[in-house]
Amino acid sequence: MNTATAGTATVTRLLSGWYATGRPAGLTDHLRRYGSPPVTAVQGNRRSAPLIRALDAAGLTGRGGAGFPTAEKLRAVARERGRPVVVVNAMESEPASRKDQFLLAVAPHLVLDGAVLAAEAVGADVVHVCVPRVRSAQYWQVSDAMDERAAVCLDRVSLRLHGLPHAYVSSESTSLVRWLNGGEARPLGTPPRSHERGVGRRPTLVHNAETLAHLALVARYGPDWFRQAGTPDEPGTALVTVSGAVAAPGVLEVGLGTPLGTLLDLAGGPTEPPAALLLGGFGGTWLPARHLGTPLTRRDLAPLGAAPGAGVVVALPRLACGLTETARILAHLAAQSARQCGPCLFGLPAVAEDFAILAAGQADPADLARLRRRTGLLPDRGACRHPDGAARLAASALACFADDVDHHLAHGTCPAAQRPPRLPVPAATPPEDWR
Amino acid sequence: MTRSRTLRIDRAVCTGRGLCAELLPELIGLDEWGYPVMEQTAVPSHLQTHARRAVAACPVLALHMDRSTGKGDR
Repeated sequence: MNTATAGTATVTRLLSGWYATGRPAGLTDHLRRYGSPPVTAVQGNRRSAPLIRALDAAGLTGRGGAGFPTAEKLRAVARERGRPVVVVNAMESEPASRKDQFLLAVAPHLVLDGAVLAAEAVGADVVHVCVPRVRSAQYWQVSDAMDERAAVCLDRVSLRLHGLPHAYVSSESTSLVRWLNGGEARPLGTPPRSHERGVGRRPTLVHNAETLAHLALVARYGPDWFRQAGTPDEPGTALVTVSGAVAAPGVLEVGLGTPLGTLLDLAGGPTEPPAALLLGGFGGTWLPARHLGTPLTRRDLAPLGAAPGAGVVVALPRLACGLTETARILAHLAAQSARQCGPCLFGLPAVAEDFAILAAGQADPADLARLRRRTGLLPDRGACRHPDGAARLAASALACFADDVDHHLAHGTCPAAQRPPRLPVPAATPPEDWR
Repeated sequence: MTRSRTLRIDRAVCTGRGLCAELLPELIGLDEWGYPVMEQTAVPSHLQTHARRAVAACPVLALHMDRSTGKGDR
C-alpha cells in the first residue's frame, strides 16, 4: 500500500519489489513491475526538461547526506555548455550505512533507470556508476544488471561501471570526479565545481544511488504521487539504516517525518533502553534519548544540531559508554583523512587523541578545554566536509554525554567504559590506496 | 571604487607557511600547527591593499581574493 498518511508509517516504494518477491529484481521482474523507463517523456530541450519540472514539483532532495534539491542540480548541469556526464555515487563509505548497497542489491534497475532518465533529461550521453572496489560481489551484480540492459538495447546512453578505492572520503562527489579523470579518489576543494567542469572537463551531475531511484519513480508516477508520503516540506520516502541496540537491525524505507522512536520500533524495537541515538552517520550527531519523538526531517532536527544525513540511526545501549564509542569513531575518522589539508591532517588526529584521553578517564579540565578549542577549529577549514563531520560528532558527544564527561574527569572511567565496546567501528587504519 | 572582496584559502594547497598571518594579522591568525584561521572572510575596504599583498606573498598560491558572491567562501 502506498497510501500512508503523511510521514507516519512505513511506505514501500524503492523496496516494494523486494517486499513482494523476497528476491533481487532482475530486468524481467523490473520491467514487469515498472515498465520501461519513460525516456521520451523526460526529454526536452536544454532550457526546459519535463523531468526537471516534475522533480521541482515533487520536492525531491539528495539522499546522500547533503539534501540538496535534485531539480536544481539537474538544472545547473543542463545550463552549462558542453555535453554533460552523469555519475552514480554508490560508494556508501559511511560504515553505519547499508542503504545504497541494499538498494543496488535488490533493485539495481531502479537506480540505473534513474541514472539513464537523468542523463536523458540533461542531454548526457554517458553514465558512470561508481562502487567501491572492495565490494566485488556488488560490483559483479551491477555489472550483470548492466549486461541485461545492454542485451535488450534498453538504453541509448552508455553505462560504465567503475570500482574505486574505498575510503571514508572517497564518496565525496569531487573524489569520484577526480578519480574518473585519472587522479586519486580524494576530494577537491577548489572551483570549478563539478557541475561546471567535471569528468573530462564536461558538466557533471553526481547523484547518490538512492536519489536516482526516487527520480526514476517520479519520472513514472509524477510529483503528486511522490508527495503522498513524507511531510509537505520534505516529501517522499527515504531509506534508513537502523543499527545498534535494536532487535532487527537493517535497512528500512520510511516516509520522511517518521519519529525516530518509530524507526527503532520498525527495526524490531530496542533490545535495551537506548541512552542516545547517533544520527546521520559517523560524522553525525549524538542525540539524547529524550528526543525519540522527533520526526526524521531536516527541519525538525536542525534545532537539535542534527540532520537525517544519509539516513543512519544507531541506538546506543544504556550500558555502553558514549565517550568510548565516540573516541573509537574519531580515531577511525582521523585515520581516514585524505591528508591534504593541514587542519584535518593535524587537527583531527589531535581531537581524536584528546577524546581518547577523556574516554580513558585520564583527562583533566585543561585537557577538556583543549579538546573543545581544537574541535572548534575543525569546521569550515577543509577542502571537503570530513573535518566538519568529525567536529559535529565530538561536540555533540560532549553535550549529549555531559554527565559522563564530568564522571570521567572526576573519577576516571565509568563502569561501562571497562566493558567491551558495543558499536562496530572499522579499524583506525589509513586507506590502502587512493587510486 | 572598491568592490567587496572575500578571502579564500585552498586548504589542500596550503602548507602552513604562515606569511598570510604575518602580513594580514587583522584577518588571519594561525592554529597551533601554523595553519591559517579566519574569523571572517569579508575584507574591509581599508584592508584590501594588505590583503592583496598577502595573496601575492603566499609561496604556494593557496590564498585567493574573490569578488564577493555572498556564499561559498571559506
